[in-house]
Amino acid sequence: MKRRKLFESAAETMLFASAFLSIVAVLFITIFLFRSGMPLFRKVSVFEFLFSSRWEPTAATPGYGILSFIVGSFLVTGLALFIAVPVGLAVGIYMAELSGRKSSKIIRSSVELLAGIPSVVYGLFGIVIISSVSRTLFGGSGYSVISAAIILAIMTMPTIINVAEVSIRSLPKELKEGSLALGATHWQTIIRVLVPAARSGIIAGVILGMGRAIGETLAVLMVGGNAPIMPTKLNGMVRTLTMNIITDMSYATGDHLTSLFATGIVLFLFILVLNLTVQLALKKSITEMEGGAGA
Amino acid sequence: MQQSPPKFSISDLNLWYGTSQALKDITVDIEERSVTALIGPSGCGKSTFLRTLNRLNDLISSVRVEGSVLYEGADIYAPDTDVIDLRKRVGMVFQKPNPFPMSLYDNIAYGPRVHGIRDKATLDDIVERSLVQAALFDEVKDRLQTSALGLSGGQQQRLCIARVLAVEPDVVLMDEPTSALDPISTAKIENLLEELKKQYTIVIVTHNMQQAGRVSDKTAYFFLGELVEYAGTKELFFNPRDKRTENYISGRFG
Repeated sequence: MKRRKLFESAAETMLFASAFLSIVAVLFITIFLFRSGMPLFRKVSVFEFLFSSRWEPTAATPGYGILSFIVGSFLVTGLALFIAVPVGLAVGIYMAELSGRKSSKIIRSSVELLAGIPSVVYGLFGIVIISSVSRTLFGGSGYSVISAAIILAIMTMPTIINVAEVSIRSLPKELKEGSLALGATHWQTIIRVLVPAARSGIIAGVILGMGRAIGETLAVLMVGGNAPIMPTKLNGMVRTLTMNIITDMSYATGDHLTSLFATGIVLFLFILVLNLTVQLALKKSITEMEGGAGA
Repeated sequence: MQQSPPKFSISDLNLWYGTSQALKDITVDIEERSVTALIGPSGCGKSTFLRTLNRLNDLISSVRVEGSVLYEGADIYAPDTDVIDLRKRVGMVFQKPNPFPMSLYDNIAYGPRVHGIRDKATLDDIVERSLVQAALFDEVKDRLQTSALGLSGGQQQRLCIARVLAVEPDVVLMDEPTSALDPISTAKIENLLEELKKQYTIVIVTHNMQQAGRVSDKTAYFFLGELVEYAGTKELFFNPRDKRTENYISGRFG
């Protein structure tokens, strides 16, 4: 009896320790990032850092403005979602509502495979195929906003497909039957009832994919061109926040190095906001479900 | 009593889910402007039978149907049947209230909209008329633009009835419409049936024999996929001809 109790409490303690450890890890990373990055703002104002596009960290009078990279990150991510959301949603709907069990299975395993490919492989594929295709189609060098966006679109699509499929599939079947029983067609049911009913889940999936796209480094580095300038054309070169950190990290010292950590802080905050948005969206979708069960 | 031809005329209806047979040789006529109750123990096929009348069983790919189901003289399982049109004329209310996650107004306007009505004034009229018919208008007239999910269960079910009435059906199928509701909401819906049958043909599945006794004109007793007995409700309850019916209604099993 006593031994069993001892075992129980030991197991409990261990689980608690593991949970605690993961919280501590997040906390330490946050503290570390801010301690390493914040000192920059003694020399450069936050405003200048965020809203100047002069990035000349090694000049005689150095410039630490990351606006071009913020714009670059959002441009590439936005364009990627512009491609990935309609396609991903379409595949998700197809899998949840239209395809047979067998073809659903095949699509699902290939989507999962897509999600498991290392980003460096995506990068290689991007260099060889996407950059040359985009050079032919859109002109420029091929290392560009559009190439980076295409790569990111392919990389975020599995998330969007998966979440869209699951949120549509998990809707109560009474919704679908209710619509069909009113004489709506299957297509009307999908577009007017099922997709709107699953929208919170779908939005959460899109934001999740967006988080992945903003944080992605290697693949975009390999096809984006990485010029530290304001991106003005879709076929022109681009540098994102992540690319900025990785590019200069190998040689930067002093304030330059600090400014890279400060870039990391900006990236961190963006992702934090996105995650909070996902949680809010999910919470909303859960309350909607509970409301649907009848108060 | 029976002057007009039956609304539904079903003969030798057999239905299989894969290899297991759920309905066996069902032959029955359903009269118009009356309430027909389907009773029987769980799994006896009464809901399956109800769903053959608007072809909602089509959603299950393993279902196979034989025999004929005539609606106003035309076989609804004939290859040239327009299922969309059938479901427009044969509406259905489900066991669990299933309002769409949108406003009350949009819920009711949904049917008319998918059938091509765009005019705002026409839709306004339909929404009001349907809510009045479903005895819900006075309770909700000030909150038509709020979410339907905020209604109580009983109100949601009446909303679902209004949603069916909005497409101006001819028949209303009800699959245990009050089994998820409290007694007061149940009474409201039962009163509603009394009104609705003046205009519509109603077929209702119920587990509750008192309910069948209160609301229906004719009752069909299903057991193990067979239609055991079909008669006027009073006759079936007070004078059952089949031993199995008698056992069921006297509560000896089921």
